[in-house]
Amino acid sequence: MNTVDLKDKDKLFLTEKKANSPWSKLKRNKTAMIGLFIVIIMTLLALFSPVFAPHDPNQMNLSKVHLKPGVEGFIFGTDDVGRDILSRIIYGARISMIVAIGGTLVGGIIGVLLGLISGYSGGTIDSIIMRLMDAMFAFPFVLLAIVLMTVLGNGLRNVILAIGIANIPGYARITRGQVHVVKNEEYCNAIRVLGASNTRLLLNHILPNILSPIIVYATLSIAGAIISEAALSFLGLGISPPTASWGNILRGGKDFLNTYPHVATISGLFILITVLGFNLLGDGIRDVLDPKMKR
Amino acid sequence: MLKTIFKRLLQLIPILFLVSTIIFVITRMIPGDPAATMLGPQAPVDAVEQLREELGLNKSIGEQYLIYLKDIIKGDFGRSYQYGQSVTSLLFERFPNTLLLSIVSLFLALIIGIPIGIISATKHYSIFDYVSMIIALIGVSMPIFWLGLMLVLIFSVNLQWLPSIGMGSLQNGLWDFISHLILPSVALATIPAATFARVTRSSMLDVVKEDYIKSLRSKGIKEKSVIWKHALKNALPPIVTVIGLQTSSLLSGAILTETIFSWPGLGRLIVDAIQNRDYMLIQGAVLLIAFIFVFINLIVDITYLYINPKINYDGKGGDK
Repeated sequence: MNTVDLKDKDKLFLTEKKANSPWSKLKRNKTAMIGLFIVIIMTLLALFSPVFAPHDPNQMNLSKVHLKPGVEGFIFGTDDVGRDILSRIIYGARISMIVAIGGTLVGGIIGVLLGLISGYSGGTIDSIIMRLMDAMFAFPFVLLAIVLMTVLGNGLRNVILAIGIANIPGYARITRGQVHVVKNEEYCNAIRVLGASNTRLLLNHILPNILSPIIVYATLSIAGAIISEAALSFLGLGISPPTASWGNILRGGKDFLNTYPHVATISGLFILITVLGFNLLGDGIRDVLDPKMKR
Repeated sequence: MLKTIFKRLLQLIPILFLVSTIIFVITRMIPGDPAATMLGPQAPVDAVEQLREELGLNKSIGEQYLIYLKDIIKGDFGRSYQYGQSVTSLLFERFPNTLLLSIVSLFLALIIGIPIGIISATKHYSIFDYVSMIIALIGVSMPIFWLGLMLVLIFSVNLQWLPSIGMGSLQNGLWDFISHLILPSVALATIPAATFARVTRSSMLDVVKEDYIKSLRSKGIKEKSVIWKHALKNALPPIVTVIGLQTSSLLSGAILTETIFSWPGLGRLIVDAIQNRDYMLIQGAVLLIAFIFVFINLIVDITYLYINPKINYDGKGGDK
């Protein structure tokens, strides 16, 4: 009888544990699920662009210039040189996702490392790193990215670098703040007493314990990176044509806004929907991982 | 409090120094020779050399840096080759336009965002709450350069109600001035308004659950007074923080908005300067925007300190 009770208790414990897991909590958040759905769709479009795109995104056809959506089988119409907008949007998703994830990784890795070092060392090293971060924070994000692009020049790698660098101070500040909170906790002292090196303590013990706010920040900064890439390309400083990016499709459509508004309208809608998806998902993850920040 | 403000002002010195240094390094890293770019590809070598000398580009980097710092202190940012006038005078000419656009946008965002947030919180789970929060969510995700184009498409191209580019003049009448301001300021106000609505709602929801609000209600104080006088006052600190953050990000937004609407402000000036490789202008304009950004953040910190005196930026006790 007792064995049965124990089994029931175990089952109950496991069910409760499962129900309280971050994923289960996230699953219960409908808006976060809508966000996740949008993110999955965009990721699939990015991963399998050649499969989904009905035409070559760079194939010009001067006899089919500025066809309206739905005409001659072009679902989103064509642009000023007869390229299929749907195919360019699908390939543009690839660029947006690469920049967003690449920029977030570059900014995240460097920023988190600087934050770990700064927060753990304190003293002069902390002051130097944080004053440098304060100075970088003194530039509006878009301005810093624009100026960096002027130095680096156009191109995918440089857009990733520019957005990544502009993201560094945000990650560094968050990480440093979190390290300050946990570095004097009992478990850190215990690990130090056991003779662990500072690097080991930071990477194996402190970092895993401060990851939640960093993950939340990363999810939300992916949305920012997508908008930044589009903004840079829109200003002519990001991805140059003929490579399709949502920003440069929009830039191309701007010149024909009066006569063929579908080019600018469709590309912008994709930026909006994708950013909305990441924001919804980011909000959901924040509510699960960091309930204090719940809005 | 005065001591803290003074300390914050002192902390600005190294930041402004670092900002100036970063801008010096970045502008020196821009590919191409500024003198050759200014004079064009056909310019004779002698002329290029002479201009290099005039600009001090033939000096060592260290010397250039010292001259640069000295000039900043004097407020001399050199001459713009594109406009043929001093960068300082150009900045003074354009800055008020960006300031006007930013202030109008901030005002719009505040009068739209905060009341929506308050009403949403008081009518929690109502249709108004759902609809306004969905709109706010879309608002915070909005690429403003696209929104700007859509506003032009609807109100300038299709309806022909409002002008799409440029800045109006009071000499041509009040409507000319206002009509040119409407679309750019609405575009620029969208993200801040949506953010204010979301944060106000969330902060108000936290406050209205508090016991003292329940006790005010039980005392029979009018609901209007409970919400707008007592609850709002206590919900203010996070709202003020976000107002500060959004005020700073208005400068980022202004760069894009001014480009779309050909608004003659600092943002447009920077984009033009970058496209024309006008090095002196890039340097001066970026420096000015960064300095403004730093000072706005300082004002926000001070305001926050005033609203919530428990905060101690020195980190010696108190809430941080």
